[in-house]
Amino acid sequence: MTNGSPENTASLLVGKVRFHWKEEVIRIALFLCAILSVATTLSIVVVLATEAFTFFENVSLGEFLLGGRWTPLLVPRSFGVLPLVCGTLLIVAGAALIALPVGLATAVYLGEYAPDRVRSIVKPVLEVLAGIPTVVYGYFALTFVTPLIRSIFPSTQIFNAASASIVVSIMVLPMVASLCDDSLRAVPLSLRQGAYALGATSFEVTTRVVVPASLSGVVASFVLALSRAIGETMAVTLAAGATPRMTINPLESIQTMTAYIVQVSLGDTPAGSVEYQTIFAVAALLFTITLMMNVIAHRVLRRFREVYE
Amino acid sequence: MEYTPNADQEISENEQPILQLEDVTIRYGDVPAVQNVSLAIARQQITSIIGPSGCGKSTLLRALNRMNDFIPEANITGRILYMGAELYSEETDPVDVRRKIGMVFQKPNPFPKSIFSNVAWGPSINGYREGIEDRVEKSLRRAALWEEVADRLHDSASSLSGGQQQRLCIARALAMEPEVILMDEPCSALDPVSTARIEDLMFELKKRYTIVIVTHNMQQAARVSDYTAFLESGKLVEFGETDQVFTRPRHNRTEEYVTGRFG
Ligand SMILES: Nc1ncnc2c1ncn2[C@@H]1O[C@H](COP(=O)(O)OP(=O)(O)OP(=O)(O)O)[C@@H](O)[C@H]1O
Ligand SMILES: [Mg+2]
Repeated sequence: MTNGSPENTASLLVGKVRFHWKEEVIRIALFLCAILSVATTLSIVVVLATEAFTFFENVSLGEFLLGGRWTPLLVPRSFGVLPLVCGTLLIVAGAALIALPVGLATAVYLGEYAPDRVRSIVKPVLEVLAGIPTVVYGYFALTFVTPLIRSIFPSTQIFNAASASIVVSIMVLPMVASLCDDSLRAVPLSLRQGAYALGATSFEVTTRVVVPASLSGVVASFVLALSRAIGETMAVTLAAGATPRMTINPLESIQTMTAYIVQVSLGDTPAGSVEYQTIFAVAALLFTITLMMNVIAHRVLRRFREVYE
Repeated sequence: MEYTPNADQEISENEQPILQLEDVTIRYGDVPAVQNVSLAIARQQITSIIGPSGCGKSTLLRALNRMNDFIPEANITGRILYMGAELYSEETDPVDVRRKIGMVFQKPNPFPKSIFSNVAWGPSINGYREGIEDRVEKSLRRAALWEEVADRLHDSASSLSGGQQQRLCIARALAMEPEVILMDEPCSALDPVSTARIEDLMFELKKRYTIVIVTHNMQQAARVSDYTAFLESGKLVEFGETDQVFTRPRHNRTEEYVTGRFG
């Protein structure tokens, strides 16, 4: 090919301007894929909002948010959501108590102490844990954890918050460990060396340099784990019971927001009735709470992110 | 290698060397990075280690405060004596070694904490809490940084310039009141003005501390150090008083290197 002549160059350039219909089709297809998730999210929000709105035409927002009795399916009806919120919080608190420290400790162990061989075993195990369907956790709670708790505390009810808390903590543990591991790894080696060179032990380097330096990632992983625990449905429906109750005793049966939604969705409550609309109000509250948690997590990440070259 | 440096000869007779290397060989796996090096580091003097890239300078320097322990495939044979005590014996705790023999790295690596906390960090993990303010001030003064940071001690260390950060890292090491300070190309990330400041600082520090510095900069080695070790491919080619090594090298490889004819 002889290039360099003016005509050749010109024709090459003219070719570039031609309309590439294939590219255009691909571009539009990709755009549609991208818009799909946005559209789905938006429509969920719209459905939630409108249904919840009709609910609040019948029940006041104040009664819903501040009421301490939740008996929408029984007469006399009462629409105070606090017992459900309390149930959810009880599960989340219990799960957090176990999963956050153990998750962080796992990450620290994997990142700072574990020999490569141990790491190569523990990491895949964590990934398998994360992949187990949540209904399996529910059965695990009922058939293994609950009998175990009852053998220690015989007064424990068959359905109880503790059992659900424990399996939810096992469920979110891999996420905490893996996100913490990522943020610990982001701390540059030079910082660790600087600390070791001052005569620090591994423990001091970890607790007083590495973890503080990756605090934003650690906190963000905590918040995300909590929001996952709040939204967890299957295991709590199976193991925690269906008794909306304001209690902090983990050995009692309770009901979480998610479990209530399952109960009504599967039950024979007529669609369109106020009883039925309660699930949208509860779902809207759930959505608001988890959304807020996620926003907080991202704020924390952005605000405290340490910039390393 | 026809010239075998006789380390003891180089140092004034009455003063025992603070660090004594005897036939030190360091390997990564099976590959030797430092071979059969014997030399003595004189107390309260500056010793520089020079040589072409990859010749084992950093490896040798890290051996002096057991920082090679963190490289799993690194292993060492031979002896290193610190004030007469074996550095690599079963009874020696590497954590104690690093308290006595501090290190400043090529790139400033302050902790993502305040200026004050950076300097206070070493003492605080070692349980010295009393008079920590004085200790921080003293260390910052010795590192010639006090004037610049006195009114912003609680600002983040990352708000300092590169040269200031490096002096902060020196202050951080000084706060441990070490005997020896190892510096691995401490000025290579710095501009000439900051470099000059650190060189001045080294003259000051020499009154109290022993300094071992790795540098690529011949002028720097000639300017600041009292003794110079020239390494090539892991072997110690020449070791002696800086003046002699630069003006009357005994070995022509040394001469070629210091006059810039290779490397
Ligand atoms: N962690 C390591 N694992 C394996 N080999 C290494 C390791 N670190 C260094 N080496 C090898 O050991 C030799 C000496 O390396 P060293 O870093 O001590 O050289 P240096 O003189 O400091 O070089 P430079 O002037 O470039 O910093 C090199 O050949 C290098 O490839
Ligand atoms: Mg080096």
